[in-house]
Amino acid sequence: MEIPYTVAVRRDTGLTNGKIGIWLFLASEVMLFGALFASYILIRTGVPSWPRGDTILNVPLATFNTIVLILSSVTMVMAWASLVRNRFGTFRLYLGATILLGAVFLVVKYFEYSHKLHLGLYPGTSNFLAIYFTLTGLHMLHVVGGMAVNAYLWGPGAKLWKTNPEWFTNRVENSGLFWHFVDLVWIFLFPTLYLL
Amino acid sequence: MTSDHAATHDHAADIDKQVRIYITVFVALMALTIITVAVSYVHLPLPAAVGVALLVATVKGTLVACYFMHLIAEKKLIYAVLVVTVVFFVVLLVLPALTHSNGYWIPE
Repeated sequence: MEIPYTVAVRRDTGLTNGKIGIWLFLASEVMLFGALFASYILIRTGVPSWPRGDTILNVPLATFNTIVLILSSVTMVMAWASLVRNRFGTFRLYLGATILLGAVFLVVKYFEYSHKLHLGLYPGTSNFLAIYFTLTGLHMLHVVGGMAVNAYLWGPGAKLWKTNPEWFTNRVENSGLFWHFVDLVWIFLFPTLYLL
Repeated sequence: MTSDHAATHDHAADIDKQVRIYITVFVALMALTIITVAVSYVHLPLPAAVGVALLVATVKGTLVACYFMHLIAEKKLIYAVLVVTVVFFVVLLVLPALTHSNGYWIPE
């Protein structure tokens, strides 16, 4: 059976099913991260003193990672724009760059984590480290998830371009929406954990 | 045939314009990242530091949502979903912020 409304828009929603689906999912993601941000505020306001992030965490590394994620958001949107322009080769280059930048983010995060663990700083060491590892760990899982979907669209999933280019373009747009959301979460995580 | 060709040409011009906007947004995001890190080295008092960091992050987040996620021109239903989400998100964040330093809802 054919999946309905992948290219044509539904008359009642004015959208394709994929588009409304990804936005509803992102709304639930806002609440998931919202609950953790609320926990952070509750824990931080409930204690007499709280360390500044830069006394424990590495700000230059995190700044580098912020730039990497912003760059990856640009390459992601350029990948989609390349499909709209009917340039499949350019699309592959941009989406490949997005996946690679995601990998760079993870490698930097690996060095950050391993340095902390080497110093004996574990999630159970303090409230600050508990919320730091929880928030960044969940965010990292989202990076991995986004990379997996993008890798599928770069590889085997790209076959759809030959049979139904519009549907494929919509899939890339929806995957991009998730990727930009992951970037957006980091935009708030970075100052909250590292700079304040 | 001619009108089809013209439509394709318009569409291509439209996406070219979009791409220029993406580059501008990218430059703005980079500049704001540098600003937020630079301000953190000034060591402002905490309320001011929180204010500046949240303001810059909100501007950056808005740029990503409006332009990369195309929210600047989306369908009404998506706006409706997001309005409900934002209301609940704000409630979620304000509730713990209202607690007192003793960790309870009532002042000491």
